[in-house]
Amino acid sequence: MEGMLMYKIILAVIVFAVTLGAAAYMTWGERKLASWFQDRIGPNRAGPMGLLQPIADGLKMIFKEEMIPTHSNKWLFILGPSFFMLTACLTGAVIPWGSGFNSDGIVYPMQIADINIGLLYLLGVVSIGVYGIMIGGWSSNNKFALLGALRASSQMISYEVAMGLALIALVMMTGTLSLGEIAQQQDAGYANVVYQPLGFLIFIICAFAETNRAPFDLPESESELVGGYHTEYSSMKLGFFLFAEYINMFISSAVMATLYFGGYNFPFQHELGLEGNTLVILQTSALFIKILIFIFVFMWIRWTLPRFRYDQLMNLGWKVLLPLAIANIFITGLVMFFTGKLS
Amino acid sequence: MSLTEIAFYVLSFLAIFSGLAVLFSKNPVHSVLYLIVTFFSIAGHYFLMNAQFLAAVHIIVYAGAIMVLFLYVIMMLNLNSVQEDKIATWFKMAAVGAAGIFMLVVVSLIAKTDALQASTPMAENAGLIENLGKVLYQDFLLPFELASVLFLAAMVGAVYLSKKELAN
Repeated sequence: MEGMLMYKIILAVIVFAVTLGAAAYMTWGERKLASWFQDRIGPNRAGPMGLLQPIADGLKMIFKEEMIPTHSNKWLFILGPSFFMLTACLTGAVIPWGSGFNSDGIVYPMQIADINIGLLYLLGVVSIGVYGIMIGGWSSNNKFALLGALRASSQMISYEVAMGLALIALVMMTGTLSLGEIAQQQDAGYANVVYQPLGFLIFIICAFAETNRAPFDLPESESELVGGYHTEYSSMKLGFFLFAEYINMFISSAVMATLYFGGYNFPFQHELGLEGNTLVILQTSALFIKILIFIFVFMWIRWTLPRFRYDQLMNLGWKVLLPLAIANIFITGLVMFFTGKLS
Repeated sequence: MSLTEIAFYVLSFLAIFSGLAVLFSKNPVHSVLYLIVTFFSIAGHYFLMNAQFLAAVHIIVYAGAIMVLFLYVIMMLNLNSVQEDKIATWFKMAAVGAAGIFMLVVVSLIAKTDALQASTPMAENAGLIENLGKVLYQDFLLPFELASVLFLAAMVGAVYLSKKELAN
């Protein structure tokens, strides 16, 4: 029991470190990919291939002058980015990063908390993620920051609804809310995306909107509107807002890989003749390859598609995705009824 | 003290403190933020009582949806400071009288009830989603459906009210 608690704490630290490290190098990856798409070279000064660029950026952010607007509320001004960062990191706790190490007959599961309401936890964290933006935007005491915060938060709230409904169809099919079990179930059959193509499409669109990535980056849209909720922020507090976006992207890639693309399972894993811990390491690598593919898709779309107009964004969320998600629930129910999956 | 007891006292203190702070904050936005803290500590209490589903839904619905709307309205109205309305003295006196009578009722209620039992922890699985679903859809199907009809009526009413203003 003591050993297990110790193990969980160490695992939590590792997941936290990996998340932050991955997010830092995603900024590098994004700039390299952007330069590739635009036929440039990209960052190449700090270290070989610009590999030290994220560290240089971080140091620059920390040493920048810190500005707190005079008429803003100081505590809430600091709370905003901190809370945004906190909610970005919280989700990693329920994701199964691998099946489980076996040491002296004790299985160490590679999931910090296998709570049986994992999916609800996910939705809860997503729904309180709005507060970081709203508090930050309001406490800046700046009209543009407030308008930016309202723009960002109404976008996030609108797409949460369709996201939740897309997940309901998945829950109907798998019969569980635990992410660990959902990942395990996909070992036997096909990945869930085969049964839930529409649900996955809705989920990935909502994930783009929730992480404020292009083509849904209205909250930022620095080229046509004023910056957005972080207009008044500078130094590392601005860095937190921007960095949390990359953490969100990493985590939502992990969630999509777990829910719809088989999690840590990979095809023909039991035909390889590998046993025990070697297989576990391979499975975790497979999960990370899936995550990297999703991150690439995120960046690929950002540098390919132009931004939506705000009314188009709202119409897509409420008039297209929401009815589609409800239809998806009905279709899932009918198929389950006629194939005798309902008992 | 066991870990659960420590968690109970911390959560209770947080709930009461932030509940009072909701009342005493001058700034309405601060009140809303304290109310969110209150909701979180109450969700923590649900967790302690093994009602995980209730805790999660409490956070999603109250902290995640309803309070966001509150925050929206207050931010849009920009109520930065409370305007002290002039209240007549007789009105204040009447309010004190009414509150006194209410306190009498509460005191007499507490005096007449038996000593409060410390709530026994529920059976290990009582709050799990499978059991909750079975209870809701088997034993309490009619009340559950009636509640959803009530929500539908409220929703239709809200849409009608907003559309009526548009039409005028």
